[in-house]
Amino acid sequence: MTVHPTHTEHIDSETGKLGMWIFLFTELFLFGGLFLVYAIFRAKYSPEFHHAAEELNAFIGTINTVFLLVSSMTVAGALTAMQKGDRRMTLLLLTVTIMLAGLFMVNKYFEWSHKFEYGIFPGSPVLKNMPHGELLFFGLYYMMTGLHALHVLVGMVLLSINVVKVKAGTVNSERFLMLENSALYWHLVDLIWIFLFPLLYLIT
Amino acid sequence: MRDEKNHISTYRSLVTVLVILLALTTISVLITGIHLGPVTVAVALLIASVKVAIVITQFMHLKFENLFLKLAVSGVLTLFVLVIVITFIDYFFR
Repeated sequence: MTVHPTHTEHIDSETGKLGMWIFLFTELFLFGGLFLVYAIFRAKYSPEFHHAAEELNAFIGTINTVFLLVSSMTVAGALTAMQKGDRRMTLLLLTVTIMLAGLFMVNKYFEWSHKFEYGIFPGSPVLKNMPHGELLFFGLYYMMTGLHALHVLVGMVLLSINVVKVKAGTVNSERFLMLENSALYWHLVDLIWIFLFPLLYLIT
Repeated sequence: MRDEKNHISTYRSLVTVLVILLALTTISVLITGIHLGPVTVAVALLIASVKVAIVITQFMHLKFENLFLKLAVSGVLTLFVLVIVITFIDYFFR
């Protein structure tokens, strides 16, 4: 008992989790900067932002919000299942989470392609002829939702790696830091959307 | 060791949290449907903040983490709010 594996595990997981949180702090300021730009321009170009925001489909936004909230619960459930040693449930809930993330992206695809049809995309002639405030709104809309969608994709990859690792047994009821940190990342994706959704889709 | 202190969220509590979050989303959508001007913005942001607080404490498990992590998260969030407030003060009074 001189070498006690659980002892090292204890230190690893605590610091490993702290490291993840610190990374999430940097993510907060990455998106925070964009939120700040959005807020200032919204104050400056209020009528234009109001007009442009009405172009967005609040229904798709709401559906995507529900997808992300449910997926946040399923990933938290996957962690609970793993801690209880229920591998089957962990895999099931992880798969559901990845599927919900996929549905989110499908929705995003339809939402964006609908805008593209109207010629609303970064650098388009339609956009260039819009009032300055509306141009800024759509620029920020694509930047913020695009960066968020990128995070959704990264989250999907991370969760898929977890599925493989749980199947292989390298993530198990004793060692689940990777799953825990991936879940934290996924919750951050949800958190950002919680603010993006009302700011872009609801407040018109 | 870890397992002695480690709190495992129950499925039931996770579902409860989800129901609350979905209810808040519904309220947010309904309220912003009524155009109340600046009040709408304030209410939407307030509801979003409540949702974020719930996700962080429950789903992200912060409620059951050690004091250091709680302080770190609160500190960073405070810093973030300060950055926003100070920028707006600068913007409105320049």
